[in-house]
Amino acid sequence: MDIPKIKYRRDAAFVEKLNNFFTNISGLTIFNIEFFKQLFSLPIEIEQIKKHMNELGVKTFSIVSIMGIILGFVLALQSHPVLERFGATDFLPATVALTIIRELGPILTALIFAGRVSSGIGAEISSMRVTEQIDAMEVSAINPFKYLVVSRVVATTLILPILSIYVIMLSLLGAFVAVIMTDNMSFIYFKNAVVSSITFGDLIPALVKTVFFGYIVGIVGAYKGYTADGGTEGVGRASTTAVVMASLLILIVDMIMVKLTIWLWPTLG
Amino acid sequence: MSKPLIEIVDLKKSFENLTVLNGISIDVFEGDNFVVFGQSGTGKSVLLKCIVGLLQPDGGDILVNGESIINLSSDKLSEFRKSLGFLFQGAALYDSMSVRENLEFPLKRNFDFTQDEIDQKVISTLSMVGLEESVDKMPSELSGGMRKRIGLARSIITEPKIMLYDEPTTGLDPITSKEISVLILELQKKLNMTSIVVTHDLLCAEIIANKAIVLHNGDIIEEGTIDELTSSDNKLLRNFFSSEIIKE
Ligand SMILES: Nc1ncnc2c1ncn2[C@@H]1O[C@H](COP(=O)(O)OP(=O)(O)OP(=O)(O)O)[C@@H](O)[C@H]1O
Ligand SMILES: [Mg+2]
Repeated sequence: MDIPKIKYRRDAAFVEKLNNFFTNISGLTIFNIEFFKQLFSLPIEIEQIKKHMNELGVKTFSIVSIMGIILGFVLALQSHPVLERFGATDFLPATVALTIIRELGPILTALIFAGRVSSGIGAEISSMRVTEQIDAMEVSAINPFKYLVVSRVVATTLILPILSIYVIMLSLLGAFVAVIMTDNMSFIYFKNAVVSSITFGDLIPALVKTVFFGYIVGIVGAYKGYTADGGTEGVGRASTTAVVMASLLILIVDMIMVKLTIWLWPTLG
Repeated sequence: MSKPLIEIVDLKKSFENLTVLNGISIDVFEGDNFVVFGQSGTGKSVLLKCIVGLLQPDGGDILVNGESIINLSSDKLSEFRKSLGFLFQGAALYDSMSVRENLEFPLKRNFDFTQDEIDQKVISTLSMVGLEESVDKMPSELSGGMRKRIGLARSIITEPKIMLYDEPTTGLDPITSKEISVLILELQKKLNMTSIVVTHDLLCAEIIANKAIVLHNGDIIEEGTIDELTSSDNKLLRNFFSSEIIKE
């Protein structure tokens, strides 16, 4: 695998930055192809994947929990006066649930996950790169790409959907708390209102998105880490640029996928 | 004379406009302890990295057992690397693993040893470098010299036929340094190992080397035994070895 190198300079001119942009795109493409080439080559690093999933879960559990509760709570609080204006407060549970499930739950979880995880992966792998640990693996006839990159990307791809479902549940709980503070509504009523308003057409595309988001977080962090150079400075650069790139890609892919679902299955829209 | 085990033919390597190796040829025979001298930045590490395929040379060839190892398929390259040990200049220990895991890693992945055999190998190899008591430490808890010795243990634990050492004794005190040099010599005798050793340490070289070269500005400026090199009239060489000679 020959990944084109990016030249970072503090005083880079515009042309140079543009050049780096395209180098990033071609590098990331090559990196993705390599990932799929090695994904199914045996043996699969099950132990590593389990270990990373576990670590990722522990790492992000508290922050996404807090985010989830607050998201639902605030959204319900904000929606109440708006719906009241149209005399539609009855629709509050459904509106909030649909907004959370279809968009805000998955995207916010993904962005927070990106901030925490792609930087972490970028830092871990880049520090192994600049201290020659990756070279050492290669010389010991151990495939570092599979051991370090594939296992992490698989882990992020599998864990983000789970985290997103968890966040959605918590958000709905948060929304319910906000609702009973203003309205007199039983949990059963709230639950029924939510369940009857959502369909598979709301759930499935949302979950499919999170698979892509998880993949992006893993692959971008790993790409930035794996191609790092320039000592400790390179480590810092890998972790910050990974967050920026992963977040941007998540937003872009979200936009494309929302448009695509609505275009392909208008009934879901 | 028999065929060389490692044959480097007119090896060239440059980075952008910096020429590092300018057509180097060396023959290393089985059982040799081949020492490479040279000032900092002359490309000694680059030379070793070309031999293990971490860097792709721009020209020339590297033959091991008569077979070129440049452009090997990845399977063949893996096979070749299993028969080889490499001590990195900075030790390159795996930070996230304990000393024990560092040493077990190549054994578990590439060979079929039982856990008992692995445990035994770990302890016996650590005792060779005098660090049995550090077996459950993390690399961050080790001193620079200890890291180097663990790195050495990790690379010899698989009992490779060919060992490449990048400055095995730099940063060690004179006593440990001598012990490590003796260890390298013993390994060569016991396992009939063939070694290429990059070093600045004349004492180490005197203990182990049966052949040596001096690199300067991308060329080999002198080759021979250590005695021949230290008694050479070449001005550059006299400068290179002068500090040691004054001490004598
Ligand atoms: N990956 C690389 N990219 C660009 N230049 C490099 C690279 N690796 C080494 N160089 C350059 O090649 C030259 C030789 O480096 P090398 O590490 O081989 O030196 P050395 O002889 O091992 O020195 P030392 O004794 O200090 O370890 C240096 O000028 C270095 O800047
Ligand atoms: Mg060096």
